[in-house]
Amino acid sequence: MSEGMRDIWVYLAREPLVHLTLTLMAFQVGSWIYRRGAMNPLLNPVLIAVVLVVSGLLLTGTSYDAYFEGAQFVHFLLGPATVALAIPLYRQVARVRRSALALGVSIVTGSLAASASAVGVAWALGASRDTLISVAPKSVTAPVAMGIAESLGGLPSLTAVLVILTGILGAMLGPWVLTLAGVRDWAARGLAIGTASHGIGTARALQVNEVAGAFAGLAMGLNALATALLLPLLARLVL
Amino acid sequence: MVFYLTLILTCQLAGEVIVKAAGMPLPGPVLGMVILFTGLMLRGLPEGLARVGDALLGNLSLLFVPAGVGVMLHAGLLGRDWLPIGAALVVSTLLTVAVTGLVMARLNRGREDGQ
Repeated sequence: MSEGMRDIWVYLAREPLVHLTLTLMAFQVGSWIYRRGAMNPLLNPVLIAVVLVVSGLLLTGTSYDAYFEGAQFVHFLLGPATVALAIPLYRQVARVRRSALALGVSIVTGSLAASASAVGVAWALGASRDTLISVAPKSVTAPVAMGIAESLGGLPSLTAVLVILTGILGAMLGPWVLTLAGVRDWAARGLAIGTASHGIGTARALQVNEVAGAFAGLAMGLNALATALLLPLLARLVL
Repeated sequence: MVFYLTLILTCQLAGEVIVKAAGMPLPGPVLGMVILFTGLMLRGLPEGLARVGDALLGNLSLLFVPAGVGVMLHAGLLGRDWLPIGAALVVSTLLTVAVTGLVMARLNRGREDGQ
């Protein structure tokens, strides 16, 4: 590298611009591959973007802290996006009223099943305490799951990764499980996918059936609320 | 647009402040979501707010990337706990889908069918 180039690199490396641009570019590549691959859930754009960014950081010997200086501008928007989940919830309010009791009972049951089974299996196989807390909110949409993990003393960044993996698993295998269990009603199918695998599952459900998609989005929002309320109370009893 | 972005951030800020002040076991933005939802129920959904919200949620998956990159901080822990983590994710996700779907199908029988 010439002296001039090195000066430019040293200057840029201190600026948030490089890592912000890297994040957006990696996501563009991820989205492009996902669309080219007929939106196969295995080609999840977030997963691809993360792999690309981590590779870039390891190759250039950049620390996560230095990266986050730039990426924090994207990360910050998770908070406002969580608030904005009120909008799809509001749009479905008529449907919610119609089967309010069934919805509430199903989502609370799903929320408890998700956390209890994840913590139970991880505990039985000897996971560390950090892992147990971080895996508990894994079915909840990422911004909320990270908030829950943080308030319980887990690792929010680990939770984010577990949430994304859960979303991909649910979108891939959920429809198959529901067919096996004999659940044919589109509302119930969507609700189950949205409760177990949040936004990634919801995106998948929307492609298959409109009613399923609406109930999945609804379940994502309500499960976030249910888990955020219930999990800290349960944790106080258990820990 | 700036007005509605301000509105969303104000809901979030109010949520954060109330959660901290009252010591509630809830992330601030979740309470912000409840506050905004209450407002929507009272006043309806303005067109501009819908646009800002859809823009934020339409790119929701991008927002996970910086946190996802944090996986590089936990390579050691993931390497040590790969079996419990992998088993927990697969078993719990399949179980949650089945349980939620069966409960909803049973309770909602005849209500959404044929629509």
